[in-house]
Amino acid sequence: MGKDERYQKLRDIIKIYLPEDVSIEQISEESHFTEELNINSAHLVDIVLDVEDAFDITLENDDMDQMQTVKDALRIIDLKINK
Amino acid sequence: MPEKMGMRTSILNKLPYSEPFLFVDELIAVDENGAEGRFTFLKASDFYKGHFRNNPVTPGVLLTECCAQIGLVCLGIYLLGDNGKGEVAQPQIGLSSSEMEFLLPVFPGETVTVRSEKLYFRFNKLKCKVKMYNSDHKMVCRGTIAGMIKANSNV
Repeated sequence: MGKDERYQKLRDIIKIYLPEDVSIEQISEESHFTEELNINSAHLVDIVLDVEDAFDITLENDDMDQMQTVKDALRIIDLKINK
Repeated sequence: MPEKMGMRTSILNKLPYSEPFLFVDELIAVDENGAEGRFTFLKASDFYKGHFRNNPVTPGVLLTECCAQIGLVCLGIYLLGDNGKGEVAQPQIGLSSSEMEFLLPVFPGETVTVRSEKLYFRFNKLKCKVKMYNSDHKMVCRGTIAGMIKANSNV
């Protein structure tokens, strides 16, 4: 799975949890989950659980704490996949 | 953690509710996978005056709340575990979603039993299946409730 494919897969997960006033186009690698995409903490957990299933990886509490932006998520996914 | 009477009492003591919004009388059982508790809706409760006028029925929103307090919050406090001082932690909670189905009415004075089954507890989010039964063991409502729960470090 290439980098673009991973990003696309992540976007597809994130868009499920976007509030109605945030559009899919607003998702970029720099987007901050809670501050820019308005995703609440409960939905951030949903995203992590979906990411685990989609990429067949397991995230720890530390990973969750570091996952502030889309870029952070991609970095953590890359790290876990290559483990 | 083996279940003890003392554990259940200390969980009840840490519930962040009080009259008139406490909907747990008794915690019958709690373990890693779920909780079971009981509550009696008092006939004299104020909301029966208005729900419905001249026809008192317990509001579904309060059945949901009762399911959440017993099934989710009591279980959540258990799952948070020890606060480092040999007692259960004081929880900080927020409901994040609920999807309920209501099957039978609950009238003033009825005692209900709630049973929950943990779906997952990860990254402070607890999601449970809940079921409520009346004293005839008939199912009153069921659904899925989720919330964020963490130990309040300021207490």
